[in-house]
Amino acid sequence: MNEQMTMEQVAPSFEFTESMRMVLEVARNFAEKEIKPVVMKYDESQEFPLEIIKKLGELGFMGVLFPESYGGAGFGYLEYITIIEEISKVDPSIGLSIAAHNSLCTNHIYTFGNEEQKHKYLPDLTTGHKIGAWALTEPTSGSDAGSMLTTATSDGDYYILNGSKNFITHGSVGDITVVMARSNKSKAKKGISAFIVENKTPGFIISKKENKLGMRCCDTSAIAFDNCHIPKKNLLGDEGAGLAQALTILDGGRISIAALALGIAQGALNASLKYAKERKQFGKPIAEFQAIQWKLADMATQIEAARLLTYRAGYLKNQGKEAVLESSMAKYFASEVAVRATNEGVQIHGGYGFIKDFPVEKFYRDVKLVTIGEGTSEVQKMVIARELLEP
Amino acid sequence: MKIVVCINHVPDTETKVKVGTDGKTIDKAGVNYMLNPYDEFAIEAALQLKEKFGGETLVMSLGGDAHKETLRKALAMGIEKAILLKDDSIRDSYSIAKALAEEIRTLSADCILFGKQSIDYYNEEIPGLVAEFLGLPSVSVVVRININNGKVICEREIEGGHEVVETKIPLVMAAQKGLNEPRYPSLKGIMAAKTKPIEERQAATASSYVEVLTMHKPPPKQPGKIIGTDVNAVPELIRLLREEAKVL
Repeated sequence: MNEQMTMEQVAPSFEFTESMRMVLEVARNFAEKEIKPVVMKYDESQEFPLEIIKKLGELGFMGVLFPESYGGAGFGYLEYITIIEEISKVDPSIGLSIAAHNSLCTNHIYTFGNEEQKHKYLPDLTTGHKIGAWALTEPTSGSDAGSMLTTATSDGDYYILNGSKNFITHGSVGDITVVMARSNKSKAKKGISAFIVENKTPGFIISKKENKLGMRCCDTSAIAFDNCHIPKKNLLGDEGAGLAQALTILDGGRISIAALALGIAQGALNASLKYAKERKQFGKPIAEFQAIQWKLADMATQIEAARLLTYRAGYLKNQGKEAVLESSMAKYFASEVAVRATNEGVQIHGGYGFIKDFPVEKFYRDVKLVTIGEGTSEVQKMVIARELLEP
Repeated sequence: MKIVVCINHVPDTETKVKVGTDGKTIDKAGVNYMLNPYDEFAIEAALQLKEKFGGETLVMSLGGDAHKETLRKALAMGIEKAILLKDDSIRDSYSIAKALAEEIRTLSADCILFGKQSIDYYNEEIPGLVAEFLGLPSVSVVVRININNGKVICEREIEGGHEVVETKIPLVMAAQKGLNEPRYPSLKGIMAAKTKPIEERQAATASSYVEVLTMHKPPPKQPGKIIGTDVNAVPELIRLLREEAKVL
C-alpha cells in the first residue's frame, strides 16, 4: 500500500493552521494555569479531578471530535492530538481522561449509535456534564478480547448483563459506560455485542478502584454486573457486531494514546532541557557535557519522528481514510519513544529525578501505561505485521 | 451598549528580541506574535459589560494582515465583529491614535476599551490620545468598573494605592491586570470565530512626530556581588547601597 501513497497524503502541510495555533494556545495556557499547580496534589490523593474535567468540558475538550449538532466542538484529529499533547505535557493522567472519554466511550456512541441514542447521550458527554467509560477488558481477557466471559442474556425488552470487567478508565467515576458483552455463546468473536449502560442502573457494581503506579488521578476501576438490566434500545448497532466495533474504536483510540505519549515525552524533554542548563557540575552547566547533549538530541529527534507519525495518522483519519496501520505505528513508536525519553529524563536529573520535586519523576511513572493501554506494544506490532502481510 | 476594544498584536513575551540590520526596528525573523496581554483584560471587560447591559462588541486593530490572527482570538473569546485598519507603515503613537480615533468617531460607541499599554514599545500613550482626539473622558490603569445609568465609577491604580473616580459614558478606559480574569476561548468560540466578519479598511493617514533613530539592547546585567554571609557584612552592604547603588 505504501507505493500508492502520494506525497500529499504523507505530508499535507507541516504548518499548524491558525485554528490549530489557537487551540494549542488555549490548551497550553489552561494546563499551565489550571492544572500545573495541582498536579502533585491529585497524584498523591488519587482523587479524580472532577473540577478540572468540568472546566475542560466548558472549553469543549471533552467533545473535540464531534459535530456541534451533538454538542461537540466539531474539530478534527489534528486539533485533538494537539490538545492531548499539550495537556499531557503537564499532567498525563488528565490527558488520559480526555483521551478515554473522547475516543472510546463518546466515539463509540457517535460512530455506532442510532440517532435516538446519539441525541440522548452525546450532548451530555461532549460537554463533559457526564463522564464516559468503555469496558472491554476482563480479568482473564486483555489482548485476547474475543475470549471475554461477561454475558448479555436477552429477556423481553432487556438484556441482562452478568460478569466483570477490569482496568476500566473512569470505571468508578463514569456516568455512562459502553460495555462489550457476549450475547451469543455459540458464536465466538461474532457473539459479542456493545451496549450503552447508565452506571446508575441497579446491578452495576464498582468492585475496586485500583491503586496505580502512575496516571494516578485518572480513575481505573474494576466493575461488575449482577443481573444488570439494560433496555434493548441501548444495543449499539447489530447484535454480534460488538467486537468488530470495539476494534474500530481502538484504531481512533490509538492516535490519542500516541498523542498522550508525545505529551509525556515532550514534557520530560522540556524539564530535562531546563534542568541541564541550570544544574552545574565540574564548574559548568551539565548541558555543556556531550554525554547530556547526546541524550537530549536523541530524545528530541525521536519525539519529532513520533509527532510526524501521529499527525499523519490523524490526517488520514480526518480524510476518512483507513488508518489502522498508521495508528498502530504511531501508538507503538510514540509510546516506546516516551518510555525512553522519560528514562533518560530521570537519568539527566540524577538524584533529583528520583524525588517528587521535579516533574520527570511523575512522567517516569505515568509513561508505562502508554505501552500497555489500548493495545500493548506487542499487539501493535501484531497489527502492523498483519497489515503488511495481508493483501 | 456599544463597546469598542482596541487591541494590539505584539511579540510573544518569550521572544528573545534582536535588533534588525537597520538598527531601528526589531528583527522579525522567528518572532511569534500574540494578543497584547493587557488587551485581554479589556476584551474580558467588554464581554462582561455586554453580558450585563446587552448591546454589541467590536474589536479593532491597526496594522498589517498578521493582526488578523490576533483579531480572530478576540472573536474566539466572544467579541462579535472585528475591524482591521490596514497599514504596514511605521507610525508613532500620535499617528496610530489619530487613525483609531477617526474610525471610532464613526461608530458612536459608549465604551472604548484598551489595555493600559502594549508590551512592545511601552509608550502607554494611545488610550489618552484617542480620548483627547474624540473629546471624551479617559480613565487609565483601571482595576474596577461600575456603570449605572450612564454614570461610571472606576477604581484605578496609583502609586501606593487606589483612586476612585467618577465620570460618564461615552468614555475611554485602559485596563490594568486585576480588572478581571480573562476567559479562555472555547473550542466552540474558536470554531465560531472562523465565520465572524473581519472588515478591512485603509487606516486614515496621519503625521508621525516621533522618529526612531536607533534601537539597541540594554547592556548585559552585571553579576551580583556577595559581600559576606553574616551580620558583619551589614555595614559594608549599607555603604555600597548608599554610595554605589545610591538606593538609600
